[in-house]
Amino acid sequence: MAGLLPLAALNLLPLAAINMMWYSLPLIVVISLVYSATRQEAMNAILAHAARLGFMIVLFMVLIMIVLAILAWQL
Amino acid sequence: MSKGATVEASRLPVIELKDPLFAALLGWLIPGLGHLYQGRTAKGVLFMVCILSTFFFGLAISEGKAVYAWWSPDDWRLPYLCQLGVGLPATPALVQSYLVKHGQQPILGGIMAPPSDPRELDSWYKDLNHYLELGIVYTMIAGLLNILAVYDAWGGPVELEEPSHKRRAAPAAIPPGS
Repeated sequence: MAGLLPLAALNLLPLAAINMMWYSLPLIVVISLVYSATRQEAMNAILAHAARLGFMIVLFMVLIMIVLAILAWQL
Repeated sequence: MSKGATVEASRLPVIELKDPLFAALLGWLIPGLGHLYQGRTAKGVLFMVCILSTFFFGLAISEGKAVYAWWSPDDWRLPYLCQLGVGLPATPALVQSYLVKHGQQPILGGIMAPPSDPRELDSWYKDLNHYLELGIVYTMIAGLLNILAVYDAWGGPVELEEPSHKRRAAPAAIPPGS
């Protein structure tokens, strides 16, 4: 059992790395809201604009992740 | 054309920017305060909550070390230029920098105080690891976002899907019949 612990910890390492990405979530929300608020005046328009912008940022990050994953897999 | 502008102006809601320069100054000092002064309460609260929470979260995860001002050949603190965009919350770093530079003890428990030497800075990175970098990123983004908010306080929204606002000029400023 004790011998399995380092292996389990090793398996959790990528999960820890993924967890670092959670720190980007508040930034995406805040950047979307503030940027949209400088483009719109009504709160409904701000929220709709922010939702679209947040989705585009996440989509862009996922695309970059896929490109990097493919490059890492090929190399 | 002027008649059309008058009709357009009367049809559209007017954003009262009051004194735009004063509003911009207030918005820089405290994020969102310029909008509150203009009566744009919802946007003011949104800017205040978003920007200040981002700044103080970054400061908290870095244990107050992400924001400091220092100018020397060893450490040109360029991130502080972005962090200063958040206004008053970032200005204690200037006081701390002055105190340390003149050989005095920093106040406020050392929050926003520069490292006394490069080895102390190394120990910060060793102890805090990526949280110091994250704190710097969070506080820099907060400062940069407040620059956008200050511009919005000064000139109103940059662009709208529909032209539903009018900048600065009051309807009375358009000469009737011209």
